[in-house]
Amino acid sequence: MGKTTEMKDHHEPTDRSADPGLSEATRSDSAPSDSGRRAFMGVAAGVTAAVVAPGVVLHSVTAAPRSEAVTGDVRWGLLIDTAKCVDGCSACVDACDRENGLSLQSKPASASQEHWDDQKAVWIRKVKLQDNQTGRVTNLPLMCQHCEHPPCVDVCPTGASFKRADGIVMVDRHTCIGCRYCMMACPYKARSFIHEVMEEQLTRVPRGKGCVESCNLCVHRRDFGEDSTACVDACREAGHEAIVFGDLKDPESNIRKHLAEMASRQIREDLSLNTGVRYSGI
Amino acid sequence: MAKAAVRAGLVAVGLAWVLLAQVVLAADAKTYVLEGSKAAALESCVEPTDVMRRKHMELIKHQRDETVHGGIRSSKHSLAGCVECHIRSDAERVPQPIHHKEEFCGACHAFTAVNLNCFDCHASVPKGPGAERAAHAAFQAVGVDRSVQARPDGEDH
Ligand code: HEC
Ligand code: HEC
Ligand code: HEC
Repeated sequence: MGKTTEMKDHHEPTDRSADPGLSEATRSDSAPSDSGRRAFMGVAAGVTAAVVAPGVVLHSVTAAPRSEAVTGDVRWGLLIDTAKCVDGCSACVDACDRENGLSLQSKPASASQEHWDDQKAVWIRKVKLQDNQTGRVTNLPLMCQHCEHPPCVDVCPTGASFKRADGIVMVDRHTCIGCRYCMMACPYKARSFIHEVMEEQLTRVPRGKGCVESCNLCVHRRDFGEDSTACVDACREAGHEAIVFGDLKDPESNIRKHLAEMASRQIREDLSLNTGVRYSGI
Repeated sequence: MAKAAVRAGLVAVGLAWVLLAQVVLAADAKTYVLEGSKAAALESCVEPTDVMRRKHMELIKHQRDETVHGGIRSSKHSLAGCVECHIRSDAERVPQPIHHKEEFCGACHAFTAVNLNCFDCHASVPKGPGAERAAHAAFQAVGVDRSVQARPDGEDH
């Protein structure tokens, strides 16, 4: 039962003893008082805008940017309730594409549509499973599983593939040489390679030909103190609420409460990777 | 003999000219900062100008690792900050890619024969939601807690 021990290792409340109230503090001001602060900032901005000279516009900033390096006090993860994931719905995928500039990729004129569908970078894939004996169909979004022991990191020859202290597995594109070993090592087929020259990139998501990339749990949102990911928001807005995001190390977090209540599994738990993305109903 | 003297004289004149040119350059404070950029309306960069001229590459690269590995977004040395403040818009208010030969980073790099690939990936004009947010700390560092508009009418963008 590798699973239970692993879960215990990393979700033990004692993990947090080295973390005197830090996560609590961040958490408690994220939900209720945040909207209050935003409202206040709205008012403040309105008032100031009336007095600043023409030629000057205020920056609007919603949350304080991170000023100290991330630590292992938190571990970000997702819990996906496959029972709520709807066949044919692609809200999470579309939102991810917009959030992370993936929608800005364009098919080269010479490529067939089929080839392009294969080659273009995606961070989330909708997967449909069918049990051939019972006929039961399950839908789920599959993205980087943010393993505790990521095979992609093990095989990377340059150290570009790495796990951030807060559990996010990602690629440092400045050191990625595009060898794609990580893509072959990933049991989840979660990584993509950028085959084409990119233009019109978003400031927050640089991207260019010759590097590998994958879901980074909306890392820019993490660093600006936002409390969810684009896919989670989109799934909620579509009325499904199939995805929960949160800190796997915080026993009070929403995701931990859900994990405590419902049976959940890791995909390919036989590999003992201790994934940060968990699924229920599979 | 006479020939040598003339040659020496010419060399001396040439040297003097080079020196003079440099002094004039310094006096005129020749700058790559472009009219139509936010920087043009500001006094100073995120570090003293001479430091920026000599060390900006180190500052940015240090920042790169801090941001990508440490998640730090509150630094004045972010690349997004350089672009946001130094970007120039043309008469039609279209921001011009900052690495192009006539633009801020591009002009000096063309002159100094430096080749960058940063803007193969990084947005060469501020683009998309989050661009201002990424540059905010840099603006704060130079004492402007807001973005200064290069445009005269101060219309939001
Ligand atoms: C908030 C605005 C702002 C930001 C952000 C900013 N700069 Fe500047 N920068 C300026 C201003 C203003 C000057 C001109 C200073 C002067 O006149 O001495 C300048 C000057 C410079 C110079 C000297 C130019 C010359 O003509 O010699 C360099 C190089 C430079 N900046 C690079 C950068 C880099 C690289 C970044 C990002 C790390 C950056 N700047 C970020 C405002 C900014
Ligand atoms: C192959 C694509 C690629 C290339 C080429 C590239 N970067 Fe990046 N860079 C990225 C990605 C992806 C990030 C992470 C973005 C994030 O999370 O904000 C990043 C982040 C950064 C950051 C932190 C974010 C910011 O705006 O301050 C800096 C600084 C940076 N890069 C500097 C550079 C410099 C300097 C070069 C050129 C020598 C360069 N990069 C070339 C992809 C690239
Ligand atoms: C005043 C001239 C000047 C300006 C303006 C300037 N640079 Fe540079 N930059 C240089 C020089 C010179 C070098 C090469 C230094 C060296 O090789 O030691 C350089 C090197 C760099 C490097 C390192 C390149 C490498 O391959 O290691 C980066 C990154 C860089 N500049 C970014 C910028 C950015 C971004 C801007 C615009 C915001 C900018 N520079 C504006 C003169 C300038």
